[in-house]
This record gives sequence, structure tokens and C-alpha cells, in this order.
Amino acid sequence: MTLPAAGLGRARYGGRARYGGQTLHAEWTKLRTVASTGWLLLGAVALTVAVSATADAAATCPSGGCQADPAKLSLTGVQVGQAIVAVIAVLAVSGEYSTGMIRVTLAAMPRRLTVLAAKAALVASLVLAAGAVAVPASLLAGRLILPGHGFTAANGYPPLSLGDGPVLRAACGSVLYLALIALLSLGVATAVRESAVAIGLVLGLLYVFPVVTSVVGNQHWQRHLEQIGPMTAGLYIQATVDLRSLPLTPWEGLGVLALWAAGALIIGALIFRFRDA
Amino acid sequence: MTTVTPYRSAERDARDGFGQLLHAEWTKFRTVRGWVAGMILAALITAGLGVFVAKTSANPSCSTQTSAGQQGPVQHGAACAGPAFPRGPGGEPVKDRFYFVRQPLAGNGGITVRVTSLTGLGQGTNNGVPFGAIAVPWSKAGIIISGGTGQGSAYAAMMATGGNGVRMQWNYTGDTPGVPGAVSAASPRWLRLTRDGDTITGYDSADGTHWTRVGTVALAGLPSTVQAGLFVTSPEHSTYSSSLGVGNGSSSPTVSTAVFDHVSRTGTWPAGTWTGDEVDPEGMQVPPGSVGYHQVAGRFTVTGSGDIAPLISGALNDGPNITVRDYLLGTFAGLIAVAVVAAMFMTAEYRRGLIRTTLAASPDRVRVLAAKAIVIGSVAFVAGLAAAAGAVIIGEDVAHTASSVFPEPWPTELRIIAGTAALIAVAAVLTLAIATMVRRSAAAILIMIVIIVIPDVLSAPPGIPTALTEWLLRVTPAAAFALQQPSPQYYQVQASYIPPSGFYPLAPWTGFAVLCAWAVLAFAAAAYLLRRRDA
Repeated sequence: MTLPAAGLGRARYGGRARYGGQTLHAEWTKLRTVASTGWLLLGAVALTVAVSATADAAATCPSGGCQADPAKLSLTGVQVGQAIVAVIAVLAVSGEYSTGMIRVTLAAMPRRLTVLAAKAALVASLVLAAGAVAVPASLLAGRLILPGHGFTAANGYPPLSLGDGPVLRAACGSVLYLALIALLSLGVATAVRESAVAIGLVLGLLYVFPVVTSVVGNQHWQRHLEQIGPMTAGLYIQATVDLRSLPLTPWEGLGVLALWAAGALIIGALIFRFRDA
Repeated sequence: MTTVTPYRSAERDARDGFGQLLHAEWTKFRTVRGWVAGMILAALITAGLGVFVAKTSANPSCSTQTSAGQQGPVQHGAACAGPAFPRGPGGEPVKDRFYFVRQPLAGNGGITVRVTSLTGLGQGTNNGVPFGAIAVPWSKAGIIISGGTGQGSAYAAMMATGGNGVRMQWNYTGDTPGVPGAVSAASPRWLRLTRDGDTITGYDSADGTHWTRVGTVALAGLPSTVQAGLFVTSPEHSTYSSSLGVGNGSSSPTVSTAVFDHVSRTGTWPAGTWTGDEVDPEGMQVPPGSVGYHQVAGRFTVTGSGDIAPLISGALNDGPNITVRDYLLGTFAGLIAVAVVAAMFMTAEYRRGLIRTTLAASPDRVRVLAAKAIVIGSVAFVAGLAAAAGAVIIGEDVAHTASSVFPEPWPTELRIIAGTAALIAVAAVLTLAIATMVRRSAAAILIMIVIIVIPDVLSAPPGIPTALTEWLLRVTPAAAFALQQPSPQYYQVQASYIPPSGFYPLAPWTGFAVLCAWAVLAFAAAAYLLRRRDA
């Protein structure tokens, strides 16, 4: 890591805001110059759009109508793309531990919480940018593909449009969902440090809830598990039909995921602050 | 003059056989606490999730219902503890519900009949559309020779069906086609069954003179006096919008009526008169008066409802929802943990530089990879076996006291448990091979999660198109999850045969072969790259 020349002069002893800016710049340089970041972001976008389009192409709505949610269907890829988003966030932290870079980072920037905040802000921004490409592209694929599979105005499904309130909320919410998944993963990775273990933990945590709720026969348990699962609750934001049957409102659901992300970041920050690097 | 003998070590030459290599790799695995803990964790998560599912799947009304001795509203298939499901001669749970116009037949003999019509009767609607007037495709009308009138008796039957032509069926799971086409007054169907000892032969004919043998079956342990006669049954009419997984479906009972004439018998029929009654009257889902028979001058008009068929497990189907497969739904979580350990088993060598020592000690690189694969595969197999056996044994123990579970013949249960262990073991080898290729644990685990965990996970919740999950479960290594399929798919039973209900697009061992093919290809590529590249 090389700091720009300006950073090595008086600026290092400058104000807190200046310090924060330098940290952000340093973290950005690290993230930007690792080849895997770009490829993984590209992969996340491509996989999200590809899975969404495949799901659109695989769905059919018979003429009698169906109980499908075309917006949610067109955003199916988010459930797969989030795996890559989690890996991007995990590598932003654990990559430093596996190479020993973390010691250089902390020697240069001893305020650890500032480092973590800079990392979180940058990773979240990158994922927001990737989401802002992947989600509208998925919806566009849905708009183009779904009418050919019975999702027509005649069956009660007008073409997907961001001008439609619930669809716009599903789209913006899905982008936020991906960013929150990144923050959750960053928190877990900061706590456990080892990339393999962090990825396993995050993806296990995400996928265990939808799998278990699909089998649990007890309605009471099923409802509660869906409400507390970061993935199940967070994806309520994609629902555009039959909102009354959801155990939480879409924004409450995203709030549950935000709590998970905040909890993971706080635990990660505490461990990062007080443990030797 | 003294001759100086050069120094020679007193130690014997070290052996470098494959056994030593295995021992070395096992030592590496055993002495990393985190890896051993990871494998134990994998087993505990898998078994723990299974027990959790068994506990939370208990129907709360069941435990109170039996103690209070009152019959609550029994749900579709959700009968409570006890011998709720009749078993067929093969041990499989069956539905045995029909209207039976019968006489005892002593010893050998036969029965011949002509069917001139099979029609449905309107009973209720389906999404507002009355489905009466048509006979559902698997409504059945014909003749049957049955070991008794109890549910689950051994039988063989010749029948006309609503939409599948003439069939010979026996012992719930057997099915052979006869003359195709629908039955009507213009094109009646002649059916004949003959008994000779334990052997029953079925014939059909379009004109009553030219007969074709449809099938011959042996029914082991058939009593000397059997019940034989006419029967009609009509399964539930089900509609599934299964294109988006579980979530949409409705079924309603149906009734079918058939007209028989030219009834003739051979052999000894001691009773001489016909008796009409329902088999499994409690299970009839139509009002009691809507089934029955009447006879006018050799013409029998029989009306029945129900089915004679194996029960199909899974959501939307009429069998019990909970199967052994559900206790193993934690397999994906165990698989993630095993993949983490298997990936690190290889990538740690590169990260620590140990690979150079390893390859200096054993220069044949493919042998090193093989030894690693054997060690990680064996450890994963043991962990998977412990997890699967624990999940199934504890899960069944918990569930049997609380709610009903799909009873599984033991060979199937054994296949599911051993298959799960084999699935985890081969997946561990696949992870190792991928980790050898990419050398980074994060990348290896990401690849494993995308190709095996996500296709399995996507098949569970509603809202994902079934066509997508079925395609994924054919081509990805997740096809091996077919090993957990709890019961076979029957052509002759209409049901929801989709992944969320526990039915996979490939047969169990075919699905496993897909995973093995992936593992073999990945191993070959890993061996090639390991030899070609610098360590």
C-alpha cells in the first residue's frame, strides 16, 4: 500500500475528518487494486441477472391465473448473487489477515474503528453500485421475458415497471438488501478473520432459515423462523402482491436484516478493537 | 593399513509407500484442531437441524387428541400417532379405499365381466369449476381378487380407467397397461381374472371372444378363500400450480360410476349372492349415501370413491408430510462446514508453504492428491454417516411420539442414510479438487456453494420455478440429493412430484453418478494442474 504523497505530509497530523478521508482513500486503493474485487462484482451482477432471467423463462402462468409475484420472480437471482456479494465483503477483511497486510494497515492507521468504518462504507458502496446495475437489469429481463410466459395484462399482470410503487420499492429494497448482506458478511469476517470459515458461516446463516421453514409443519414456528431469518425476512422487501399474508411488512423485514448486519458489525468491531491483529 | 568404511546410518531406509503418504496426510488432518472441530460441527449441525424439524413438525393437536379420546378434525394425511397408515404387502404405506361388490371364491377360479361405461359424478367444485361429468383419469372400475376386505390386503385387479385405458394392477405398486382407449357402450371392455394357486392372470378383450393376456402375477400368501368381485374407485381430483413450487394446490374428492354386465364366474363361489360394501368407510371423503351399487337383470351399476394405490408423501400429497428426508434437511449446512474443512485441507498447504515440504517428501504429486482425497473423503463419510444416522434415529424417535411420519421400508432408509454420507464424502473430494485448482479457500468454497448448496436450497422454498430447480438438480452436483428421495414416483398415481415434495428429476443412484462424474473430472483437472504448475 502506498499513500499518495499528500498523505505523507502534514495531512497525517491533520484533523479527524482529514484522517478519515485518508483512511477511506487507503482502503479504496487496496480494494481497487485487488484483481478479485472487480471480477467478483462482475460475477455477482452476471449471476444475479442470469439466474433471474432463467427463473423468468422457467415460470409459466396458465390462463386461469396464478398466485405468482412477477416482481419477486424477476429478482430470484438476488438469492444466488448474494453469495458472491458475501464473498466480496469477507475477502475485503480476511484478505488482509491471510497476507499479513493487516499489520501494515493498523501501523499506518491505528484507529481501528475508523479503518473498519471505511471498509464498511466502501464495500457497501461498491455493492450498492453493483446492485443498482443487477436489479434493474433483472427487472428488465422480467419485463421482456415474462409476458411470453402467460404473465400478461389479460391475466392481471401488467408489464413490470419502476414507475409502479411496489415494484420500485422491491427494486430499491433489493439493492439495499445486497448492501446489508455485504455489511453482515463484513462483520462476521472481522470477527472470525479466516475467509473460508466466514463464508461458510454467513451462507449457512442465510440459507438455513428458508430451508428449515419450508419443512417445519408447525405454523407458529414457521412464522417466527421466517420473521427472524436474515434472508427470509429481508426478502419480504421483494414482495409486491398479497402483502397481508406476510408475517412482517416489507420494510420491517429489511429492518430485521439491518439488525443482523448491525449486530454482526458491532461484534466484529469489538473483537477488532480489542484483539491483537 | 586400515580401511575406513564410509559412514552409514544405522537407521533403515524410510519407506515411501502409499501407506506412509496416507498416514502423513491423516496426521496433518488430525493435528489441526479447527478441522477436526469443523467436521464434528458439520455432523452436529446436520443432526441438530433434523431433530429441530422433528420437534417443530409435531402437530400440537395430536398429543391432546389421543389423550382426550376425541376425534378432532383430521387433516389431509395428518393423522396422529399410531398405526395410521395401512401397509401393503411390500411394507409401503397405501391407500385402500373403494366400493366392493364381492363374493368369496374358494380355491381356484375366475371371473369375467363386461364394462360398458365409466363416468364421473359432480361432487363439489375445483376453483369454482365443477369437475363432475368427467371421470378423473385414474378412476378405476373393474374386477378384483383380494386376500381380504381389510386395508392393505394383497390383490390383483383388471380395470378400465377414466383416461388411461385398461390396466392390470396388483399389490398397490404393480401396474401394466392393457387395451388403450376410453370405455363406452359402443366400445365396451371385457375383463377377466383367473386364480391358480398364488398366481393370478389378467386378460382383456374388446369383444368377449378374442382375449389377450395382460399380465400374470404371483401374490405370496394368498389365502385359499379370497374375496372377488366388482369394484369402483375414484381418486381425488387435484390441481397443482406446481410451476412455482409448493404453495398452490387444491384437491377434492370425486365419485365415479361404472356399469357392468355379462358377469360370469368359474370355480367354487359358496355364498352365491353379492355383498356390496365400502372398504375403509371411515376414510371416505364423500357423503355415505353417494357410493353403493344396484343390480337389475344382470346389470350392475356401481358407484365408488377413493383409490387403491401407494400413498405419496410430501406437501400437497395425501401421504404424511414428514418423511425421513426432512430430518436430513440440515445436510446442506453440514455440507458447507465439510466444504470449508476440505478446502482448507488443501489451501493451508499453499498458505503455510507446507506444500513444498509435502512435495519434497513425496515427489509424485498425483499420489499426494489421491492420499489427501482418501483422507478427507473418509473423514467426511464418517461424519456424514454419524450425522445422517443420528438425525434419522433421533428424529424418528421424537416424531413418533408426536406426529405421524411416512413409514419407510428399511432398505430405503438405509439408502437414504448411507447415500447422505456418500454424498458428503464425494462432495468433500470435489471441494478438495477445486481447492487444488484455485488454491484459494474463499474461491473454492464459493464455487462449491454455487454448484451444490444453492441448487439444493432453491428447491425448498416456494416461489422458485420448478422447471429451474429441476434443471439444476439434473446437471449440478446437487443431483446427488436424489439419494434422499423418500419414495418412488408412480406413473399410475397423480400427485405433486416436484423437488419441494421430495421428488427429484433423476433416480437416486443416477443423481449420485452425476456428482461422482463432477468429482472425477475435477480430480483429473486438479491432478493435471498440480503436476504442471509450480507449487
